[in-house]
Amino acid sequence: MPVGTIAISRRRALLGAGGLLMAAMVPLERSRAATRIVEDQTGPFAPNAFVRVAPDGSITLILPNVEMGQGIYTGEAMLIAEELDVGLDQIQIEAAPPDDAYITKALGTEATGGSTSTIATWTSLREAGAVARTLLVRAAANRWMVDAASCQTEAGMVRHGPSGRTLSYGELAIEAAALPVPAGPVALRDPSTFRLIGHAQHRLDGPAKVAGTATFGIDIRQPDMKVGTVAACPVMGGVLLHVDDSAARKIPGVRDVLTIGNAVCVVGDHFWAARKGLEALAITWDEGVNSTVSTETVYRGLHEALQGPAIVAHTKGDAKGAIAGAATRVEAVYQQPLLAHAPMEPINCTVHVTPERCDIWVGTQVPMRARDAAAEITGLPKDKVFLHNQYIGGGFGRRLEHEYVTQAVQFARQVAYPLKIVWSREEDLALDRYRPAYVDHLVGGLDAHGKLVGLSHRIVGPAVVARWAPEALLPNGVDDDLLAATVETPYAIPARFLDYARREAPGVVTAWWRGVGGTRGVFVIESFIDELAASAKVDPVEFRRRMTGDHSRARAVLDLAAEKAEWGSKLPEGVGRGVALQYVFGSYLATVMEVEVSQMGTVRVRRAVVAVDCGRVVNPDQVVSQIEGGLIFGLSAALFNEVTLEKGRVQEKNFNTYRVLRMNESPAIEVHLIDSTEDPGGIGETGTAAAAAAAANAMAAATGRRYRRLPLTGAQA
Amino acid sequence: MLTLQVNGAAHQVDVPDDMPLLWVLRDVLGLPGTKFGCGIGECGACTVHVDGKAVRACSLPASLVGDRPVTTIEGLAEDEVATEVTKAWLDIDVVQCGYCQPGQIMAAIALLKGNLHPSDDEIDQAMSGNICRCGTYRRIRAAIRNVAGAV
Repeated sequence: MPVGTIAISRRRALLGAGGLLMAAMVPLERSRAATRIVEDQTGPFAPNAFVRVAPDGSITLILPNVEMGQGIYTGEAMLIAEELDVGLDQIQIEAAPPDDAYITKALGTEATGGSTSTIATWTSLREAGAVARTLLVRAAANRWMVDAASCQTEAGMVRHGPSGRTLSYGELAIEAAALPVPAGPVALRDPSTFRLIGHAQHRLDGPAKVAGTATFGIDIRQPDMKVGTVAACPVMGGVLLHVDDSAARKIPGVRDVLTIGNAVCVVGDHFWAARKGLEALAITWDEGVNSTVSTETVYRGLHEALQGPAIVAHTKGDAKGAIAGAATRVEAVYQQPLLAHAPMEPINCTVHVTPERCDIWVGTQVPMRARDAAAEITGLPKDKVFLHNQYIGGGFGRRLEHEYVTQAVQFARQVAYPLKIVWSREEDLALDRYRPAYVDHLVGGLDAHGKLVGLSHRIVGPAVVARWAPEALLPNGVDDDLLAATVETPYAIPARFLDYARREAPGVVTAWWRGVGGTRGVFVIESFIDELAASAKVDPVEFRRRMTGDHSRARAVLDLAAEKAEWGSKLPEGVGRGVALQYVFGSYLATVMEVEVSQMGTVRVRRAVVAVDCGRVVNPDQVVSQIEGGLIFGLSAALFNEVTLEKGRVQEKNFNTYRVLRMNESPAIEVHLIDSTEDPGGIGETGTAAAAAAAANAMAAATGRRYRRLPLTGAQA
Repeated sequence: MLTLQVNGAAHQVDVPDDMPLLWVLRDVLGLPGTKFGCGIGECGACTVHVDGKAVRACSLPASLVGDRPVTTIEGLAEDEVATEVTKAWLDIDVVQCGYCQPGQIMAAIALLKGNLHPSDDEIDQAMSGNICRCGTYRRIRAAIRNVAGAV
């Protein structure tokens, strides 16, 4: 039970004289004390893993999910604060340490990903706040010897209505801590009385990030720390045979050259010395079996698996019979490339290993896995490994992997000083864990009225879940991430047949990437729906609307997006409008995009209009922000990105060869939210999932030809 | 030994001649607000001001800075345009992960100091060297426009 074992005396020292109002944000590296000392006698009120109130009046919310731009610190703080009845200006927030209390059930570990955070915490964090508030009220009622029902709370105070007496939460902390936590559920606020939830709140991390004082993992400094940079074997599975470091060691500022099985680390007084040292190494690798893998190898394997055996993943009715009897048969094969994450903050991890303990400062989406890996490498018990999670300068799934923490600990255990490992951008692209390449084959049958009567679909690609969480692979061998936006669609389709041929990518490790299965699925399904509409000679919005059946929320977003985008109005020559409709991560999105394709083939996305029904909204402007950003992230990949392999080596080196969308290339984006009282859906990945299909359909409208291979401006498109 | 004028103070540093200003700021002077993103001047995360102009600190050897004043995100406190820019950023919640934002803000300040009412094309020209993977471009543009309206 680590929560509540932070040294309170230290906290007071950090915060000064105490008092009720604290800055909303403390830098995270300070917020988690380096040691877990048992609290002093006047310990805080900590009725659960998420709320602490100290006698000095400080109110700390411990947030189970990590902040990587998605605004979750603000959203989760709002959930707790709503029920605790405190203002966002009265709290401090902390990143949760590795602990069972913070496990995300849907992900099976303590993790932030899959757009699950708000869905997972919508009830639990409000309950955490409500339990704390209930106990504080009871403590006040006990002190005043009045009925708790005659007390109200407001902004961190309990007030006794009849007498007008008040006590602050801090003044009640010790007494509240002595009360038993309610065994059963506590009442939650009626949503009509929400003060925070549903009302736009500024991001709690904004001021520090704008001032340049927010600490990311890469910004960590420790006494006597040195900086290392790494070259790992650029061919997956290869190992280090020999390194000649004689030139490197002569470079001023180089302190150490360290090796592990598949990588070399040069350590210096600063990154520049380390980098110069790394460049001066003469390394001999045994590249192993993957040294002949090329992009062609990857795609050939996928296309070959379009024939041959596969696992049946989903059936409904007799799809093959329906297609055989259909008036028109439509068929398409779609191909999607390997993708890199390329977050702005290059991969880094700072580690200090001593005989007694291991401290890790890193931005990670999987703190528990990272801690456990360090314990295994160092041989230290898990409670002697202290992981200090930091702001993440872009996750996108990259930091759901912790192999870079493993690597950093393997190097750091060889030295006595704290070692900060920083990868170059080139290393980041060469040794990423990549979004898989996929090939999908779809066959649809239309009846004489242009109605879809059956859909047959084969997915070919790796099963990321089989490596990341093998226990979550379905018993039949299907990775259910691949079913996202594919089995559950916004459409009533009378007959379905879906099978899956698993083909692991040679020469790379594949991983989660923003939008996960939704990004693959929406591109494929929504491209094909457009092809069906074209074959039926029905307007793409109208074709979709007719198929929505019972999905009234889908129809509502489709209609709203079409209206706001002036669907059907005239566009200039060379400009096309495309639509994508999706249900994934528990949210409905309709996206209309306008894309211009010049005579020279230059593609420019002019405008995107998105209608969203994500259920009840916690922080409305952050939903808008996630859609805007998610679309841009998705468009970079859809338009430009492909990781290619030659002789087992990734060819993309930096942002000059892994091109991402820039301001002058970015479209105008309008986001329209639908009022909803449904439970919240996820939002952080939905815009990314929408991007490729909406853009491809718009390009098809502009040029009259289909785009079945990503990236859309690539040679194969 | 080099003497650098950073955020209004002189600093003596003993670093190799080819060491980029970025690493002197981050790893020698302890000013981590200026970020490393690519190391080749492609992403703009390391944007600082040298003599008031936006430059890529990752690609500028510290030895070539000479006595020109260097300003980083940490050195903006007294500056009026900078105050308006950061306010505009907060008003509309521009930031997401925030990693590129010091560079974005330094680029925006340099733009606005030379031209308080930039056109969209001028904003594009000044800002398109700065990548944001979170895709905050629309809000950056809006914030810059709001500063132009406020000053």
